[in-house]
Amino acid sequence: MQGIVGYGAYIPRNRIKVEEIAKVWGADAPSYKRGLMLEEKSVPSPDQDTITMSVEASKNALKRAKIDPAEIGAVYIGSESHPYAVKPSGTVLAEALGATPEAHTADFEFACKAGTEGMYVALSLVKADEIKYGLAVGADTSQGAPGDALEYSAAAGAASFIFGKENIVAKAIETYAYMTDTPDFWRREYQYYPQHGGRFTGDPAYFKHITGAAKGIMDKAGMKPADFDYVIFHQPNGKFPFRVGKMLGFQKEQIEPGWLVNLLGNTYSGSSPLGLTSTLDISKSGDMILIVSYGSGAGSDAFIFEVTDRIDEVRDLAPKTRDVLENNRNYLEYGEYAKFRHKIKKAD
Amino acid sequence: MREVAVIGTGMTKWGELWDKSLRTIFVETALLALKDAGVEKIDSMYVGSMSSGLFVGQEHIASLLADYLGQAPVPSARVETACASGGLAFRLGFIEIASGMSEVVLVSGIEKMTDVNGYEATYALGTAADQEYEGYHGITFPGLYALMARAHMEKYGTTREQLAMVAVKNHKNGAKNPLAQFPFEITVDAVLNSVMVADPLRILDCSPITDGAAAVILCPVEMARKMGKPVVKVTGTGHATDTIALSSRKDITWLEATYQAGKKAYEMAGKKPEEIDVLEVHDCFTIAEICVMEALGLVEKGQGGKAVEEGWTALEGKIPINTSGGLKSKGHPVGATGVAQVIEIVKQLRGESVERQVKDAKVGMTQNMGGSGGSTVVHVFEKE
Amino acid sequence: MPTPSRYWREIPQRYRFEANQCTKCQAKFFPPRLICPECKNKELEETKIEEKGKLLTYTIIRVPPHQYVDQAPFAVGIVELDDGVKLTGQIVDCDFDDLKIGMRLKLEFRKVYQEGDSGILCYGYKFVPD
Repeated sequence: MQGIVGYGAYIPRNRIKVEEIAKVWGADAPSYKRGLMLEEKSVPSPDQDTITMSVEASKNALKRAKIDPAEIGAVYIGSESHPYAVKPSGTVLAEALGATPEAHTADFEFACKAGTEGMYVALSLVKADEIKYGLAVGADTSQGAPGDALEYSAAAGAASFIFGKENIVAKAIETYAYMTDTPDFWRREYQYYPQHGGRFTGDPAYFKHITGAAKGIMDKAGMKPADFDYVIFHQPNGKFPFRVGKMLGFQKEQIEPGWLVNLLGNTYSGSSPLGLTSTLDISKSGDMILIVSYGSGAGSDAFIFEVTDRIDEVRDLAPKTRDVLENNRNYLEYGEYAKFRHKIKKAD
Repeated sequence: MREVAVIGTGMTKWGELWDKSLRTIFVETALLALKDAGVEKIDSMYVGSMSSGLFVGQEHIASLLADYLGQAPVPSARVETACASGGLAFRLGFIEIASGMSEVVLVSGIEKMTDVNGYEATYALGTAADQEYEGYHGITFPGLYALMARAHMEKYGTTREQLAMVAVKNHKNGAKNPLAQFPFEITVDAVLNSVMVADPLRILDCSPITDGAAAVILCPVEMARKMGKPVVKVTGTGHATDTIALSSRKDITWLEATYQAGKKAYEMAGKKPEEIDVLEVHDCFTIAEICVMEALGLVEKGQGGKAVEEGWTALEGKIPINTSGGLKSKGHPVGATGVAQVIEIVKQLRGESVERQVKDAKVGMTQNMGGSGGSTVVHVFEKE
Repeated sequence: MPTPSRYWREIPQRYRFEANQCTKCQAKFFPPRLICPECKNKELEETKIEEKGKLLTYTIIRVPPHQYVDQAPFAVGIVELDDGVKLTGQIVDCDFDDLKIGMRLKLEFRKVYQEGDSGILCYGYKFVPD
């Protein structure tokens, strides 16, 4: 049986509060906080990007997997903020981990579900016995246009998973993918900030695809919401995961351990993967976990994992996601944030 | 080996010489040295320059300068050991005369630094550090010496005020040097309140960016006597290297190359530290002067700061250091510094230093250092 | 500063901390050397440096080289790793007031430098509080 043999997370230390952003744009902070269920979000330093966060998250995954990195046969990074437009991110990661040269590498891009796409492919290659171990990362340093609603949520973080067939922490019971062509959010070539369809990103996009994928995988596996200990949905804001959970018949308690968005923001490709690392941190042997990602454009990947008793051995081998999220926070003012995110026009 | 004398010196006012090019600054200075020596023809020349390539985009300056001095086709070579380029050029000139290869050699040092902006100059100077393992991380020269300063303060209790006193003392001397870039006095308070460059070093702990050149003429002592010149002999020379990466050293506060070069120069001259009457040392940063004093054996390890505080190194002190104003007040056109140090000592030994003359100076020493101490050249001079 | 080839050549050190060690006197070198400067032995074996250590000395660069202007001010320190190797690098994720000689630091993968808006991105290690 194939599954997760190691997992790791990375979240930058810098944060900015909703109030600090709202103040600049004259927006009503309490209504944003209530409406989106957001308090603050993570912000990358100028020296942090999708590649650096992927390396650190993957080193944490390696600490838990305790495998020889040379045996990793596939290295995938899913992100919509790959630092290069042309030149892979995955090669840097593979080189830093010591997985080169015998490995397959690809950079995935599918809005917020690029991370789970890499996971889907790495896991499938392991299942097919094409490779012994496969590594996949969901990471982003998301951009939201200044003053746009997305600026309150677009955050940074990375989650990394190593898949294999031995020493499994969580068995992959089922996978399922669901997608249509739905232009709810996009960024054109050479454009700095993404655009979105406002309320169109809701029902025909997020809700339709997540419910489609969740129902599909549960049908395929012959399971129902009550069979799961935990469920993780993509978290573009605080409200959506609870609302879609309710639509599907899940309880708040099943969602909460992986619900990080109020303090973390939306880490795009890292969003549901970080929910999974956070959930694994508190899970125990036999727990059943459902994860459903969402990527605009649009589609959802779904996985069912069953936690094994190896979780007790590996849990403390690397930093726990919620610890990293809640400790060592450094709050930025908007000016610093704007400087860090290159939102200030400087002389050439 | 023949005995070698310095018979001529040339130096013009240092500073931001906007209207003068590298070649003009050089020729003006070299002509002064030739005139002072009373010679018109030279057998060869050496030019110390750290980075004419990065500062003015001009390499191959040895031939360019020989040509503009009207001395082509004499052999001319550029010498580079970062900020010790001038000192090493002098040593090579010395060796050439001592060996009998030449009779009259011109040694000069030059840097034209103000044609680039401050950040670019910082980068150019930074190339004297290990580019792959120091420069890559954004370290600068003030930064490297700041690392030494903080370690020295931690290890020996050297104080921030003691560092400032080095600058105050050198400016006091420099105020008496009309060729200095900044010929005025400063106070400890002014240093302590100046702009921070690399904690704990502030702008007034740092030598400035300077345009300038210096030139000297060397010949055998015997020839100097025949010419009826006041004879200042070069009686000791030492040159040594150390890791250029500061982090590779066993002790970050210790300048091993300065210790080694000093040892050789002392031995060759048959002198002990206490027999030196006046010194010019490489105070590129205030902490450097303190570390150099220790490495040259002028004070015990760790006691440099205290010695400065007690006035040992003042003009009227026990061991006057940097009577010219040092790099701090006189200026630091990198490649020129080592040669200008020689000029100050020659003038002191000739008794020509006027207001800043050290009484009865008979034995002098120069110490010129490259990078964070990876190269050092030391010379001993004696009045005949 | 880094051209692609020059950057690429140092990848084993900057990404993976590859070092070597003298087979006679056990002195460890980062970056690797071809001859041991201590005992002149030419037989050295591959190893890696430890990724944790303590701060020996530090400074805060406020006037940087022109390529680092956007990052200033930034802290740089010399760290003695747990295997005795000493290393220069930036110290990040630490308020300047919290820097202290002797503090524990670890290496983290960061972007060190970038060649303008269109050149290569140069990654490597920086230190963060352990």
